[in-house]
Amino acid sequence: MTAAIIKPATPLSLVTRRFLRHRLAVASAALLAVLALLSLAAPLFESWLGLDANTVDLFNRFAPPSADHPLGTDEAGRDVLLRLLYGGRVSLFVGISAALTAAILGTTIGLLSGYFGGALDAIFMRFTDGVIALPLLPLLIVLAALDLEKLGFSAAAAQSEGASLYRIVVIVALVGWTTVARLVRATALSLRERQFVLAAKAQGASAARIMAVHILPNLASPIIVATTLSVGNVILLESVLSFLGLGIQPPLPSWGNLLTNAQELIWDAPALAVYPGLAIFVTVIAFNFVGDGLQDALDPRSLERGKR
Amino acid sequence: MLRFLGERLIQSAAVLAVMSFVIFALIGLMPGDPVDLMISADPDLTSADIEKLREIYGLDRPVVERYGNWLWAALQGDFGFSRLFARPVFEVLIPALGHTLALLGISLTLALCIGLPLGIWAAVKPYSVRDYAVNLFAFAGISVPSFWLGLLLIILFAVILGVLPAGGLGTPGGDGGWADKLIYLVLPAASLTLASVGGHTRYMRASMLETLRQDYIRTARAKGLTERRVVLGHALRNALIPVTTIVALDFGFLFSGALITETIFAYPGMGKLTYDAVMGNDFNLALVALLLATLVTLVGNILADLAYAWLDPRIGFEGKNQ
Repeated sequence: MTAAIIKPATPLSLVTRRFLRHRLAVASAALLAVLALLSLAAPLFESWLGLDANTVDLFNRFAPPSADHPLGTDEAGRDVLLRLLYGGRVSLFVGISAALTAAILGTTIGLLSGYFGGALDAIFMRFTDGVIALPLLPLLIVLAALDLEKLGFSAAAAQSEGASLYRIVVIVALVGWTTVARLVRATALSLRERQFVLAAKAQGASAARIMAVHILPNLASPIIVATTLSVGNVILLESVLSFLGLGIQPPLPSWGNLLTNAQELIWDAPALAVYPGLAIFVTVIAFNFVGDGLQDALDPRSLERGKR
Repeated sequence: MLRFLGERLIQSAAVLAVMSFVIFALIGLMPGDPVDLMISADPDLTSADIEKLREIYGLDRPVVERYGNWLWAALQGDFGFSRLFARPVFEVLIPALGHTLALLGISLTLALCIGLPLGIWAAVKPYSVRDYAVNLFAFAGISVPSFWLGLLLIILFAVILGVLPAGGLGTPGGDGGWADKLIYLVLPAASLTLASVGGHTRYMRASMLETLRQDYIRTARAKGLTERRVVLGHALRNALIPVTTIVALDFGFLFSGALITETIFAYPGMGKLTYDAVMGNDFNLALVALLLATLVTLVGNILADLAYAWLDPRIGFEGKNQ
């Protein structure tokens, strides 16, 4: 019989334990995983139901839910469930990739600003202040309405199906990096005075190495939390723009553009307006709960706040 | 104080100037230009005519020169005509601004009257059932897509119950009195209130929770004050300081966020006007509407800084510059 060995808790296991205590966050993470799997499996459902998400069937418009169409059909006789699943792919892809792009952009700007300080910091931070002062939604509408051909893209590229997808990722990332940039800058500013950074400097480490090896890992927590929380916001922005007809262009479905027609059809088929919105709502609230749980789990101060 | 205000005003003016150029350039990149629109009105134009028209309107010039011309005219008070409304831009904007401010005024007041007490109520008993319930409500508020919320409200109150109008500003051919207008404001205001109340609740709860942990609160309790006086008399004033700032910062966000609500309820405010102008190739109107929205956001930011320093004597204006 060996003596019980108490393993020292690694930081990661501590974080995991604290996150698991957050029941809502855990449930939300599980829900998001299920949603992502369902969306990824959309082609499987397609062959299973023997339907195609884009097939128009004008003899079968506004069909009520049935065995063939679990959630009924829309104004063009297309299966609502399949369009919802395919819409989920697009909305989740846009949410996650735009949030990550914005995080990378924000981390780069914040890191350079906080580490080097001085004139570079002043310029970057005035620029950040300027971007924060912009009216977000009207600006996004203008950006989404830009003519890609006037920007030098070929007509084929501007009209391809992917254009509306990548365009929205880029424009949301372009306005969404400021929160991460400010967080990273503030933390980098204090980290660069710490002993371990000074020691690395004394050993002759280059600025790039110090930033990558000594500062960046210490910034992981705030970046992870801010990025998780921003996924929800991005999905909201995407859905609004697509709803207004400026985001993802049909026939590619997204949860936002599934609602575009819903308003005109509100008197005939109110149910069509319910499902996509519900999907957005559930996804966004789940990302917010996960972000909140991560914040508590990654923030050491939350230990001092006593039991939750 | 005056120096701080002056610096902020200069900084804001700079942002506004840069923005005016950026927006001008962006609008030039939108599909079509004024001459394209003339072509659609007169299909007999030859390509030589089109070149000539482009020259007359200066559209063949580089963007910097076109911007210079616009700015020169704008500084003399000439912001051009709105294409959609065939009237000077400001004649169209001023009534829309009034409508938006009325909608925002009602919604913001309601959101604060609901959100702040709710946040305090939750913070007084942290991690209790009611705290979780309030948190859940607040999270739902910040996570709900506001246009969907608007649609649901229309479905419930206009389609199913039929008690409230689905959109507009007043009954067509009605008396135009304030009671009639108020009925049309109910759904947009409710939708906007629900969309912003969650944020206010969360800020208030977090700030109150932080304040109640301070030493002077322990002192207040130790000298035997009732919990009510501790919270409302001692903690509240301090807890409101960060909340005020965030609310002022949020105003700009709300102002441009009202675009969605206004579009759904066909409420002729600034947001719907901006959207219509962008969609309808009304370049002059879109430009000035966007600049006005930037101006409102900037003013909100300055007010936030001022309120912060004014409410909290510990904060000097000089220290806040960075």
